[in-house]
Amino acid sequence: MKAKRIYSVTVENRSGVLSGVSGLFARRCFNIDSLTVGETDTPDISSMTIVSSGDERTLEQIEKQLNKKLDIIKVKTFNENQCVSRELMLMKVKYNKTNRNEIMEICEVMKADIVDMSLHYMMIQVCDTPERVQLLINMFKSISIVEIARTGTLSLSKCVENDG
Amino acid sequence: MIGAEAIVKCLEAEGVQYVFGYPGVAICPFYNSILDSDIRTILVRTEQNAAHSASGVARLTDKPGVCAVTSGPGATNIITGIATAYADSIPLVVITGQVNSELLGSDVFQEADITGAVESFVKYSYLVRNADDIPRIFKEAFYIANSGRKGPVLIDIPFDIQNAAVKKFEYPESVNLRTYKPTVKGNSAQIKKVIKELAKAKKPIICIGGGVQLGNAEEVVLDFAEKHGIPMVTTMMGIGTIPTNHPLHFGMVGNNGKPYANKAMNESDVLLMVGARVADRAVSQPDLLMKGKILIHIDVDPAEIGKNAVSSIPLVGDCKNIFEDLAKENLTMDCSDWVYTLNQYKKELKIVRHPNSEYVDPEHFITALTEKMDDDSVYVADVGQNQIFSCAYAQIKNGRFLTSGGMGTMGYSIPAALGAKLAKPERQVVAVCGDGSFQMSMMELATFRQHNIQAKIIVFNNSFLGMVREYQHYTYKDHYSVVNLDGSPNLEKLVSAYDFDYLRLDNNKDATKIINKFLKDKNNVLLEVMIDPMDLVK
Repeated sequence: MKAKRIYSVTVENRSGVLSGVSGLFARRCFNIDSLTVGETDTPDISSMTIVSSGDERTLEQIEKQLNKKLDIIKVKTFNENQCVSRELMLMKVKYNKTNRNEIMEICEVMKADIVDMSLHYMMIQVCDTPERVQLLINMFKSISIVEIARTGTLSLSKCVENDG
Repeated sequence: MIGAEAIVKCLEAEGVQYVFGYPGVAICPFYNSILDSDIRTILVRTEQNAAHSASGVARLTDKPGVCAVTSGPGATNIITGIATAYADSIPLVVITGQVNSELLGSDVFQEADITGAVESFVKYSYLVRNADDIPRIFKEAFYIANSGRKGPVLIDIPFDIQNAAVKKFEYPESVNLRTYKPTVKGNSAQIKKVIKELAKAKKPIICIGGGVQLGNAEEVVLDFAEKHGIPMVTTMMGIGTIPTNHPLHFGMVGNNGKPYANKAMNESDVLLMVGARVADRAVSQPDLLMKGKILIHIDVDPAEIGKNAVSSIPLVGDCKNIFEDLAKENLTMDCSDWVYTLNQYKKELKIVRHPNSEYVDPEHFITALTEKMDDDSVYVADVGQNQIFSCAYAQIKNGRFLTSGGMGTMGYSIPAALGAKLAKPERQVVAVCGDGSFQMSMMELATFRQHNIQAKIIVFNNSFLGMVREYQHYTYKDHYSVVNLDGSPNLEKLVSAYDFDYLRLDNNKDATKIINKFLKDKNNVLLEVMIDPMDLVK
């Protein structure tokens, strides 16, 4: 049975670490559904969020293989219910007089913002769960999407008291 | 002090005795500084063999083997040697020279991104950017290479860093790595579970992998097996861990192993895998094999457990530590009926060969050879049909059996034997290869000669790449492609150019006489053994 899993990985902020991690996924034929990297509040530590899917044995191997890498400090894994996930998307669409109102309505319902505009184009920004970001894309498929940029999923485990 | 001198100081602090390598400008500052040290440098004839020789040293001394090569082609040439060590978890510290720091990434002469290229074959790698980091990096490298699941570590050092001033040299006493803390001690709850399952077991078996020797657990494992009368089988990398003729030893498993060893493993109710990967050559259908039995998988690398086979009781830790803990538990077992059955299998399932009497029979020869070899001798097997013959027939007493198991790298035996002999000059070391693998490493005859290291090399000559020919025999119905070794040199003439003695054996009749002569020879010697080109390992 295929399942999705989110790996929240803290790594040493050194050159070559990202290529080491992505190389591991490539050579062991693990999927990367999405991967984001950024600095943490400590400059020498970066945080990666990797979303992968596969059968249970593969998902367990991913965690073990990640733990083997010497530049990786900690690997936390969770499924979608155990964490808060967000993704940021910018989307450029072409509009005209007839669909302008429809676009604005969709944006309002989906809590998306129009952040830039010209005579025929507008840019929409949304920050939401990966599912809702996908939903917004689907809504716009019948309109006219020009370009899309997505950050990939960012996740943190849900707040519990005494969280280390 | 400059960077290059600091490197030498680090190697001295680690007790390194030999550095194998091949110089080029980018590693010259290091090779200049090492002249002031007692560390012996060994010039091999191609870089790959520097890693194999270092592997020979590592396997006999339990310390990382060290090699140093230049940038670019020197570094890329050593990759196969590194990959070979990685596949068998052999600890190495590999030093590569690199172009000047400010030229990195500009594709200048002899620049290769070696840390990038070896990413999947090393435990860890460093690109040194500051000479002051040298002591810390070397301390870490030796620690990483030789702890947990052992393996090669590469240190890439730009030319300018080797020449840069080191402000203050202080070799650290300990390492502080927040990302690397290998599990040594087995979980006590899991250990209790193992004992509980063993107590119930009617047909238990211990499968010994290469990890047992790497973890120096030979004695504790054997003591445990003997105390409870548990029979044992081994993987290829586990050969030599226990004496071949031990009454509880039932041979090597796998598609090239003993049929009774496989039957023993298949029929067991509790299988104790120790330091073994459950890889395809040992266990072709792991899920099928594990059906209806308890698999207890002991390994220092958690990622190996559950990778190829789902275990009932995973137990992560150092196998010596774990068996010491297991030995402390109360356990009563009686496996005598099971051992009796296995002995019956051993008699019934013996492979009977039909050797061609015009040639030497490898079974006859290897049995006679290893019976004559010293108790603590080192048998270094190459890759090919010769390896399968060696695994099947070598009688290892209290010595060692070295081979390239995981990667199956042809040409391993000669340089590895060179390293082994250097590390243990008092022990008898014999390299056994085929005519194909010999020609992959024959340039090292010069290295033996140059450095006065005694060589004892056996070449099985069948004028074919036998293992591939055998595959083509079965799979392509004798449709042979690129396996004929016509054009090979006359070995008598070839070795005489290196001042080696030459012996030749044409049939079984003279085997004992020639083997005696070969083993007693004080000079470097090569024995050519003529075997049937059409012989099959199974």
